[in-house]
Amino acid sequence: MRESIDHLVMLKRNLASIAGGKLLSGDHRIATGHAALDEVLGGGFGRGRLHELFAETGDDAGSVTGFATMLALRAVGRRSPIFWLRTDESERLGGRLHGPGLIELGGDPDSLVVGVAPDTKALLKAAADAARCPGLSALIVECHGQCPALDLTASRRLALAAEQSGVTLFLLRLEAQPVPSAADTRWMVAAAPSQPLEAGAPGRPMFEIELLRRRAGPAGMRWRLEWNRDRLIFCDPALSGAVVPLSPSRSAPSPAGLRLSA
Amino acid sequence: MALADARARLPQLIAEDLDEAADRHWLEQLAKGSIRYTPLVALDAADGLILDITGCTHLFGGEQGLAADIEARMARLRMTVRTAFASTAGAARALARYQALPAKDEASAIRRLPVVALELDPEATQGLIRAGLKTVGDLAKLPMSTIAARFGGEAATALRHLLGEAQRPIRPLIPIAPVVAERRFAEPVARTEYALEVLGELTAEVARQMEERGEGGRRFEASFFRSDGLIRPLAVETGQPTRDCAMVIRLMNERIEGLSDPIDPGFGFDLIRLSVPVVETLAVTQLRLEGGAVKEAEVAALIDRLSTRLGRNRIRRLAAQDTHIPEQMQLELPAVETSRPVADWPEAVPGEPPLRPLHLFDPPQPIEVMAGVPDGPPHRFRWRRKLHDIKRFEGPERIASEWWKRRDGAIDKPGLTRDYYRVEDVRGRRFWVFRHGLFGEKPKPQWYLHGLFA
Repeated sequence: MRESIDHLVMLKRNLASIAGGKLLSGDHRIATGHAALDEVLGGGFGRGRLHELFAETGDDAGSVTGFATMLALRAVGRRSPIFWLRTDESERLGGRLHGPGLIELGGDPDSLVVGVAPDTKALLKAAADAARCPGLSALIVECHGQCPALDLTASRRLALAAEQSGVTLFLLRLEAQPVPSAADTRWMVAAAPSQPLEAGAPGRPMFEIELLRRRAGPAGMRWRLEWNRDRLIFCDPALSGAVVPLSPSRSAPSPAGLRLSA
Repeated sequence: MALADARARLPQLIAEDLDEAADRHWLEQLAKGSIRYTPLVALDAADGLILDITGCTHLFGGEQGLAADIEARMARLRMTVRTAFASTAGAARALARYQALPAKDEASAIRRLPVVALELDPEATQGLIRAGLKTVGDLAKLPMSTIAARFGGEAATALRHLLGEAQRPIRPLIPIAPVVAERRFAEPVARTEYALEVLGELTAEVARQMEERGEGGRRFEASFFRSDGLIRPLAVETGQPTRDCAMVIRLMNERIEGLSDPIDPGFGFDLIRLSVPVVETLAVTQLRLEGGAVKEAEVAALIDRLSTRLGRNRIRRLAAQDTHIPEQMQLELPAVETSRPVADWPEAVPGEPPLRPLHLFDPPQPIEVMAGVPDGPPHRFRWRRKLHDIKRFEGPERIASEWWKRRDGAIDKPGLTRDYYRVEDVRGRRFWVFRHGLFGEKPKPQWYLHGLFA
């Protein structure tokens, strides 16, 4: 019995070493600028990894795409090419990508390439090709709906391609429930009330993000992030002066509530 | 003869309505098929083709051999053809259409043609016949000045065209590509794999030609000529000029994979041609050590591949437009086209939150809005059957219509003005909504949701 447990531990360790790939050092991570978040992630989002971003509700689509754009800008800077793949359905439901709006987030529309696939199958094929292209730095793939085609195998393929080429891939899942996937991290993103400006005007983009799953560490934490367009950085709204009330249902999780990645 | 007369003589006559579009389409098909004889093929009116066969006849054993080949192929398609050869396109055309009896040489054949062959308007032709001039030869005996004075300048010009004294250029259906390579087969090739292998060799050949000229291709067109006259075209485009064989082949394979019906050799291909209609200067480059150029080339190659597979309009870049109407501020252009409009993007104001949304709906989506005062900001709105209570707002930002661009526009009757509001609901989602029309302009203005902020 004892022996078999030892075997099990060894097997698990072997599996982890195969599945986990290379460990990432600090310069292979995209620091968000939010100190608490970067500390938990060990320096930031992994470069050359697949990150899945879910929208909490259908109306949070704008927040998820905005958050992904900001992460891509953190990853590559203002001028490097960003490749954005979506489907006809996302164009219809989510509206077209608007160049002036990208400028307002700190990006450069001239460095954006938008690909619109007719369906999810073509989208995934194009995404696999783009993920294999080492010339790209950031790739955003926008999926609408549950997408049965995007199963564990498909996400594994994307993750491997991203790992080999060094492309950081953000997979946006709108109107979808999390299913097992090969993503490095998985997030639930929702809009959060912004800090009002004078006369009660809406302020800078604010998000509430929850780390649903992570390959190498605990998950289940929540953060509030504010995007500073001028410095191209995320910051902690609590540090910038305002008090953010946390509702009881959204309190920070206790250690017992932490989920270990499966 | 009227249809009734014809029916009286032949009761089992089948009458079909004239379908000009179908006839034209068929003629174009025949013209494309005739490219096997010469690259210069022009359409002529409703039912003719003009082929410039200068220097092409020896491939078919002279003019007679070429005519026999055309007649045999057309007979297989159940087409009746009349062929004629002449030193000018105009003369050949007239001989094919109006020649009644064979003549010993071209000059005498033209002189024997009736004056109808000049294709003047009916009154002018009638005038020539009344003057006793029955054939082109009769007319040619008169001095040109007399013809011009009596029957008009057009008659003189038409005669000069027929006699070969003046040239009228033909307009080829397919402009000649600057770089072409082709392979003819003694026996038709029925295997697609072999045909594609030959295409690979042709690619290497055009790449060599382009290297000598210091150019690279932007568009590559392969044509597979089937022995039954059909042509299967296959074209790929690249964003940057290239002469990289492997890349062109990869794009071709991509295009073949994406075809809804695979390439069908039928009874076999007897000619495969690869032409490069669009070339641009491409100097020999040295790889940069730091790899910047390599990265750009990789992205360009990716754009080419995806444009080939999904269609050139599906991979896009954004280009700025000089206007303040939000949905017209950007153009989405195919990323394989490198030319861009010159307008600059607007700059963001430092310190301000985003004033324009990342997603824009075009057309804007109608919403139901409750506002405190008729001309005031919205309190709550319903979009896609969900109610949003507005907590914060900023506005209005007033955007007037561009009355100077409207056809019936005038400064005293401009179009509807839009009042834009940046709003945030209780959960923190930020929207861009507008009221279409001021209350003075319209009794009950409609509200729209135009964009989503991050």
